[in-house]
This record gives sequence, structure tokens and C-alpha cells, in this order.
Amino acid sequence: MDFISEWFRVLYQETGINLPFLYDEYDRNRMIDGFFTTVWLSLVCLFFSVIIGVIGAWLQGSSFKWTRRIVNGYIQLFRNTPPLVQLYFFYFAIGTLLPKVENDWGGQSPILGSFAWAAISLSFFAGAFNVEIFRSGIEAVPKSTVEAAEALGFSKLQIYRDITLPLAFRVVIPALNNNLVNLVKTTTLAYAIAVPEMLYEANQIWSDNVNVTEMMIFLLLAYFVLVGVLVGGMNRWERAMKIPGFG
Amino acid sequence: MKINAIKTLATALVVSTLSLTAASADVLDTIKERGRLIVGVKADYKPYGFLDSSGAIIGIEPDLAKDVADKLGVEVEYVPVVSSNRMQFLEQGKIDLMIATMTDNEERRKVVNIVDPNYYSSGTNILALKSLRLKEWEDLRGKPICGIQGAFYNKATSQNYGAEIVAFKGTAEAYSALKAGNCAAFVYDDSAIVAKTNDPEWADYEMPLATIDDAPWGLAVALGEDNFTALMSEMITDWHKSGRILELETKWGVTNTPFAQAMHDKYK
Repeated sequence: MDFISEWFRVLYQETGINLPFLYDEYDRNRMIDGFFTTVWLSLVCLFFSVIIGVIGAWLQGSSFKWTRRIVNGYIQLFRNTPPLVQLYFFYFAIGTLLPKVENDWGGQSPILGSFAWAAISLSFFAGAFNVEIFRSGIEAVPKSTVEAAEALGFSKLQIYRDITLPLAFRVVIPALNNNLVNLVKTTTLAYAIAVPEMLYEANQIWSDNVNVTEMMIFLLLAYFVLVGVLVGGMNRWERAMKIPGFG
Repeated sequence: MKINAIKTLATALVVSTLSLTAASADVLDTIKERGRLIVGVKADYKPYGFLDSSGAIIGIEPDLAKDVADKLGVEVEYVPVVSSNRMQFLEQGKIDLMIATMTDNEERRKVVNIVDPNYYSSGTNILALKSLRLKEWEDLRGKPICGIQGAFYNKATSQNYGAEIVAFKGTAEAYSALKAGNCAAFVYDDSAIVAKTNDPEWADYEMPLATIDDAPWGLAVALGEDNFTALMSEMITDWHKSGRILELETKWGVTNTPFAQAMHDKYK
């Protein structure tokens, strides 16, 4: 390990290519923390946005007029506004209106911090798209299949859970894949509300070391690999879900 | 490598402008002929240079500029500048003198003539709730501290004092987050914080620590203006000697800074 960090230090001295997170312990820890924050934020948002999508699509098929209206209102609001504006709105507008709690340093701070707001905001943002994606999948399930299930005495929830959704899933994977890839990339916006994810930490490092070019190249490659892993996983899942003769 | 190339290019540009300025007449003659001294000052940096309710530029630095004009026996004219254009204005001759909260450093000395001794100085401090009773930099350990993305003291504050820096894009966001309680304090330039503590809206906040990373400010004239430089050097020494800087600080509601006090003691 020492050998590697020494090599990168020499690389900087000899060529001017400065990658401080590979030889400076402080910067390395920052970058590692940033990486895990990005991964964790992505996983949390992926999970909740899919849950929101599944539930939202089910509620859209509700027989109550107002349930459908509320779901549609939510989709319009979150799909038609920029995610950065949503982040600022949640953090600076809603966050300051919520009750405050006593914190460890003897002051008062808002109940939810920047990470929590980023997770909530980005989940709802991607969730709005996911609802529409799942709806497209559900509408692709033949009506006759649902009617057959009804004739067999399945309840509405059972039909959705056991028949419509599994079939719909297979139809929506490519579109869902797209949206989730976008979601992982959108987590970089969280740096505007000081969530210490990769872009934020890289920014701190390049302002201290004035090595903007190197950090930009590194960030690009890091996200390329990170999203590549996600896409690889989704593709495997798509193949595993394949039913011969359907979709 | 590339940076070096840019530096060479920049130096070449500077040298070419330098020869141009050197060829022109002494700026002191121009000022006297014109009957006006044109000074570049800040208009958004309370209390060093800001706008009053009538739109006129007032503050510590305009007052200093007025002193220079009085000494030369001419009128004074203020031109508002910002950090990104102040040196260019001086190079282009749009202003004769620049007193605009500029931190003195080697790179800048290559572009404009920064006059010695330094007239002022600022460092890093924090803005925090009085009720937190912060006394030392060590008290920041483990606490979330608001900052500005890209500020050079973020790293030092977290490395030396264990603060968890929460850095935002601009001051408005940082102040807002501090007020909301997202962080225990805001680490920033002490000169700007002093102004905030005088703001009634921030009455519950204070600047409780000893300033660190003190960096001197330099006022500047165009390169090659040796007579003007000599005159300004004398002026600054005079300001320190007579306690003019301390007096202006008091006038504009700034607690006397250690730098101004030390310079006064030195030249007294």
C-alpha cells in the first residue's frame, strides 16, 4: 500500500499529474467516504423510488376518483420540476418549517439533515417517473388475462400482486433500467445541499490541490464504472426474468 | 507543464501591457491635470465599501481614498469594482488606484503594483450562536460547520480542529443553513463576519474565536507608477502611524483588528 502511494507521489513530482487521494491519507479517506455516500444514497433512492413506482401504479388503477387525482398530481409536480429545484425546496423551504430537535452541541437543528432530504427528494423524483413506467407495463398486460383471474375469484390486490405486476415487470425492465441509471447520476445534485457524496468530495479536493483536470477525469471514470455495475446487474436480472414466449 | 505554459503566456501579456504603461506619462500628472482621482473600491462589502440609501459608495476604503485625494488636492471619484475585474481596471487605466479588499499575494504582484506596507489584513473566523459559548477552535471538533465550497480554510478547519465541514455553493445558502441550525457555526472571512454581527438580524450570533490564517490586504497602483507607489507607501505608513485605520474601524463599527493595532504600535 505504501509502495503504491509512494509511486503516485513520485508521479506528481515527476509529471505534475496530481492524484492526492491516492497518496494523501486525508484526501483518500475523503474520497472513500464520498464513494460510499454515493453508493448508499443511490441504493436508498433506488429502493424507495421502485416502491413508490409500484404503489403509485397500483393506486392509479384505484376506483376512487380522488386517489387517482392525487397520484396524478404527485406525478405532474415531480416530473415537471427540475430535481435541483426540488432539493433546494425540500432542504431550505420545507426543512426550516419542520419542528427542530435538540442536537449534540447544545443547539437546535432541523429533524432531517441534508442526506435525508436528498434521499426523500430524489426518491420522489425518480418515483414519479417509475409510476408512469409501471403503468405502461400494467397496461401492456392483456385484459383477457386479468378477466381470467377475476373469473377464478382472485381479489383486486391478488391480481395486481400475483398476475399483473410480475408480467408488467418483464415489460418495463428496459425503461426502468434507464430511469434508475439516471437516478444514480442525479445523486450528484445532492452536493448542492452539502451531502458529502463523490462530486462534493472531489470538489473539496480539487479546490485544495488545484488539480481540477485530474479530478474531473477520475470522476467521469468512477461514475462510468459505478453505473456500469448497475447496468450489468439490471441486464442479468432482465435475462433471469425472461419467460419464453412472452415479451 | 500546461500551467507553466499558461503562466509564460500570462507573463508575456503582462510585460507587453507594462511597456505600454511605462511609455505613458506619470499618472500623478494626469490626476492633477484632470483634477480628479479615480479610485476602484468595493460596493458590496460592508463595511469596507458599500452603498448608502442614496446609492453613494461609502465605507472604510472610500474614506481612505478620500484621504489620498485630499493629499493630492483633487476631487475623488469612486468606481465600483468586483474581485474578478479590479486588477484589469487598473491595468487598463480605468482607475488610478485600487483599494478593494484584495488579499496580497505573489501572483497578483506580477500583474499590479501592490504598495508596501499592507494597509489591512483579514483572516478566518466563525459566526456562531452566542448560546453555544464556543471559546476555542478546538470546540468545533465533531460539530457540523458550514463553509463555502472551494474556500482554502475548509481543509485546515477539518484537519486541525476536527470540524465536519458542510460546504455550500454561496454565502446566502451557508447563512441560511446556519440560521436553520444545520450547522453549529459558519467558517468564513472575519471581515465579512464582523459586518454580520453588527446586523440586527444576526444579533444572537457572535464571532467568538481568535482569527487564524491572517492574510494581508494590498492596495495597488498600475505597474511602473513608481512616483505614485512611493507616495502611497508614505500614505499607508502615515495611516498606521496616526492610527487612522483604527479610527476608521471604530467609525464604521468594526472592532479594532489585531493587525491594525500591531501596525499602529510598529510605526508609532
